[in-house]
Amino acid sequence: MTAEAAHESGQIQAGRGEPLVVLDGVDKWYGSLHVLQDINLTITRGEVVVVIGPSGSGKSTLCRTINRLETIGQGSITLDGQPLPAEGKALANLRAEVGMVFQSFNLFAHKTILENVTLGPIRVRKQSKDDAEKLAMSLLERVGIAHQAQKYPAQLSGGQQQRVAIARALAMEPKVMLFDEPTSALDPEMIKEVLDVMVDLAQRGMTMVVVTHEMGFARTAADRVVFMADGAIAEENTPEEFFTNPRTERAQDFLGKILKH
Amino acid sequence: MEAVFGNFDVYLAGFGLTIGLAVVSGVLSLLLGLLLAAARVGPVPVLARAAGLYVTLFRNTPLLVVFIFIAIALPRIGITFQSIEVIAVGDYNVSAFFVRAVVALTLYTSAFVCEAIRSGINAVPVGQAEAARAIGLDFGQVMRLVVLPQAARAVVPPMASVFIALTKNTSIAAAFGIAEAAATMRRFTNDNADQRVEIFLLVALGYIVIVEAIAFSSYALERRWKVAR
Ligand SMILES: Nc1ncnc2c1ncn2[C@@H]1O[C@H](COP(=O)(O)OP(=O)(O)O)[C@@H](O)[C@H]1O
Ligand SMILES: [Mg+2]
Repeated sequence: MTAEAAHESGQIQAGRGEPLVVLDGVDKWYGSLHVLQDINLTITRGEVVVVIGPSGSGKSTLCRTINRLETIGQGSITLDGQPLPAEGKALANLRAEVGMVFQSFNLFAHKTILENVTLGPIRVRKQSKDDAEKLAMSLLERVGIAHQAQKYPAQLSGGQQQRVAIARALAMEPKVMLFDEPTSALDPEMIKEVLDVMVDLAQRGMTMVVVTHEMGFARTAADRVVFMADGAIAEENTPEEFFTNPRTERAQDFLGKILKH
Repeated sequence: MEAVFGNFDVYLAGFGLTIGLAVVSGVLSLLLGLLLAAARVGPVPVLARAAGLYVTLFRNTPLLVVFIFIAIALPRIGITFQSIEVIAVGDYNVSAFFVRAVVALTLYTSAFVCEAIRSGINAVPVGQAEAARAIGLDFGQVMRLVVLPQAARAVVPPMASVFIALTKNTSIAAAFGIAEAAATMRRFTNDNADQRVEIFLLVALGYIVIVEAIAFSSYALERRWKVAR
């Protein structure tokens, strides 16, 4: 086991099951649109939560409030017991603790793959270039992109770019990883390579919030499914129960639609 | 022709001042414009609004009016820039006229620089800045390390236009006691009314050389940044 992996599993396994991210009575409005309605959600250390629901139900917004890319109107969000800071250096530090993977990858277009992964460790964690590159190469190795380290994002396929984006987030050694539809922009043949990396991450004990409609991933890796509809959490259950035996009519209706195809 | 070539040192000195005004005002406009653009897209609403107001004010005011304000109105309330005249660059004394012209040109041009940079920033997809914030970079780092380097390429062509306009705008300083190229031209034509056309052409040629130099640099930069990735 590498030093990095030992460090990671050691840290993450310790305290497994304690609350890590707690949303308490969270409300958010866009103008008159009540986009998040009284969200209460506790994510424990090491837990993998899949968020599912119709388009426009507020899944992305929920995800983005957890690293404060979106502000909230009411309620509170804590990470590891600390309320999210409102602004400035403290907010930047919080974001360094929360990894985020976007639907559209968002790799820095003017930087090489290696530079994409080392930017945060060097500029935020103040690591030396050498240390940052060593860490980056081990992560790129893990996601299978090490041999492309000197290329630019545009030279990689979507699936490869998304795996780099995961490595970039992991390089900050985050406490929790947020994934907002990480495979929705990918061609079908590339979805698996990204999901494999995510399943591996889940098995190593990473705390994850994953917005996805990939039922296979939810069944293999998730501890819990949260179903959102119209800005509210309509149902929460284990993946098995949720997919075979949804309780609410909204969920039955939604699953009926996605299962038909 | 000999009106110009007989006094070629005067001709060169005139364009020397034109270039001096353009370069000094250009550098200062770039700095001020960059600050204004950062304020405009930044997270502090008060600064964003102040920068917006600045741009509205100076972009919509004719340059001549800005000059009149700096060169005539400000001295009335005691701001003359006279104290600056003690500063010497080599054996050349900085004149208060020069400083006033630089201030007027900088205030005016920085509004256009700000807008050129802002359009470049807007050309960078928002996801780039979001990803940068998500790994914990602060606002300054997001701009400096991720957004501005990508905006730079989109900014070069409009920025070249701004600097070309600035070069030609320096001619307004002729009316405010500066012997730059346009003032030199008037002096030549006053003394040699029979050679007007040649003098006009030779002065125009001087401006064309400077403007082409800016345009050429801009193409070179664009090409270099294109092959960079
Ligand atoms: N910046 C915004 N301004 C206004 N409305 C927004 C904004 N972002 C999202 N919305 C609206 O909020 C609702 C929830 O959006 P989102 O969280 O993206 O849903 P999902 O990810 O579940 O598809 C949608 O109705 C969307 O149109
Ligand atoms: Mg979404």
